Amino acid sequence: MTPLVSRGWVASWRCVRLGCLMIAEAAVGTVVGLALLLLPTGIGFSLLPPAATALRSLSDRSRALATSWSGTEINPPDPLAVDPVTRRRTQVGAILTDEGFWRDLLWSALDPIVGGVLVCLPPTLIVHGAFGVLVQPFLWRQIIEANGGDWWYTFMPVTDTATMLAALALGAGFLVTGVLLAPALLRLHSRWSRVLLAAPRSTELARRVAWLTDTRSDALGTQAAELRRIERDLHDGAQARLVAMGMTLDSATRLFAVDPDAAYRLLVEARETSNRALDDLRNLVRGIHPPVLADRGLGDAVRSLALDCVLDVHIESRLAGRFAPPVESAAYFAVNEVLTNAAKHSGAREVRIVLEHDGGVLRITVTDDGHGGADSSLGTGLRGVRRRLATFDGALRVHSPMGGPTIVTMELMCALSSPKTSSF
Amino acid sequence: MRVVLAEDLFLLRDGLLRTLREHGFDVVASVDNGPSLLRALLDERPDVAVVDVRLPPTFSDEGLQAAVAARRSRPGLPILVLSQHVDQLYANELLADGDGGIGYLLKDRVTNTEQFVDAVRRVAAGGTVLDPQVIAKLVSRSDARGMIGELTQRERDVLELMAEGRSNAAVATTLHISESAVAKHTASIFAKLRIAPSNDDNRRVLAVLAYLRR
Repeated sequence: MTPLVSRGWVASWRCVRLGCLMIAEAAVGTVVGLALLLLPTGIGFSLLPPAATALRSLSDRSRALATSWSGTEINPPDPLAVDPVTRRRTQVGAILTDEGFWRDLLWSALDPIVGGVLVCLPPTLIVHGAFGVLVQPFLWRQIIEANGGDWWYTFMPVTDTATMLAALALGAGFLVTGVLLAPALLRLHSRWSRVLLAAPRSTELARRVAWLTDTRSDALGTQAAELRRIERDLHDGAQARLVAMGMTLDSATRLFAVDPDAAYRLLVEARETSNRALDDLRNLVRGIHPPVLADRGLGDAVRSLALDCVLDVHIESRLAGRFAPPVESAAYFAVNEVLTNAAKHSGAREVRIVLEHDGGVLRITVTDDGHGGADSSLGTGLRGVRRRLATFDGALRVHSPMGGPTIVTMELMCALSSPKTSSF
Repeated sequence: MRVVLAEDLFLLRDGLLRTLREHGFDVVASVDNGPSLLRALLDERPDVAVVDVRLPPTFSDEGLQAAVAARRSRPGLPILVLSQHVDQLYANELLADGDGGIGYLLKDRVTNTEQFVDAVRRVAAGGTVLDPQVIAKLVSRSDARGMIGELTQRERDVLELMAEGRSNAAVATTLHISESAVAKHTASIFAKLRIAPSNDDNRRVLAVLAYLRR
């Protein structure tokens, strides 16, 4: 009950603040409208840019409040292209062709009315209810007198003590309703704000295209670099060893008749070279797509990483199925990098890894008990992980206060396929 | 000695078949996929099985799954698992039942016929055989965790070979030292790591592995 009430109070106070913001909206909106009307006279040209900028900062404020108070994310439109260096005419042109500006203006006209009703309701109920509970019971005689013998509390005629008590109960009802209603109305207002204030669809799509272009070129770059590395590793590793082995075998063949002992030694050497070539190939495969990952999926592959890690790693995998191979691979190498970092730099002894899939998002949380102070902007490793995750609309967040603990959260958008059924 | 062999690549299966026959093993079944492997393991009741991890139909860890499943219904059924890659996770799963008679080796090891055949025999006799690569990783991890800091270099060498599942005699030959020297090193290792000593070879291997996997 108590948290419900305190939440209600906070929300009611926020409603009051939103109400104040609406008065400002209406005022600035009026100035903007005036500036538009005055454009033909020329005064509008100097008035519109500052007024439009002020209106935008109000709408930005409203978006920020919706996010922080109700968790409603509202994508902002592109910033107003008002550059004070350019000529007034250019600035006004930019404002008038900006879709976001017109939406701001519409918002400043509609929000004080529709939104005003929503956010004024709780404070009004509370003040009116408080009057009925705290003032009216003590002053009802004086009020009746002042009103010339006839006085109503809302729809309740107050004439004697009994009706006064009924009015008191009614007031208490208003008070409680106001407090309890406030959070819901605040949320409703946030949603209403999103309808008016979200970036135009075209802007959202343009942003999406820019993001996809960026991440695609990153992905292609990473892939090309990977292929170059594989080519180089093959060339310097297995391929070179096979050539050496061929030469050794050739010498052994020539020596076979003359010096069987030397030939025998060369054959032993050839066998060792073949083993090393196999080692090289194995390491290469592990670097491309680890066999455990292919066989068992992300959960067991991370378990395998943990077994090779110097730290004590506890794993909680809540994954019931498999992801697409590229997703598994990106997630695996990301965890590997984070674990390596923890082992090298954090001074931690224990690490906890939680893998979960919820609402189309694969979330991996790696928590270590080290000394903290890790910075994701440092370190090429984590930067690489971030780039790799971006291809899957993923993100990497590092929370690492001085003194620890360090929490690295990685998220990837992906679908979970049905669990693989084993034949045993 | 009756052997069941499972390998999907014809060339390798043929080579293994020949090697095993040359060394006097009686290969009673040679199969190329997971389901027939499980059937052969349960029906033929071999003295030992040599099994590739990656088998049809899934080409993932079919062989390992079959080995674990067969040992569930026939505890201690000796199985030597071969793989293109060794992984600690798989090693743990094979060792989990603690029954012995388990081997886990890189496929490359078959190129050294003597050692390979020796490994098959040790597994058949109920021993534990682990690939040097698995052990090397375990030992270097234990080292990084400060668990084997007190051991001398020679003792570490002995520890690695012991964990691979070799007998004192084999360790002595590999390190070119006498068997009594090996016994002395072993006693010192067990004292320093506070592992209860045991005369049973396999129990000793398992105790060392349990320590290293901590």
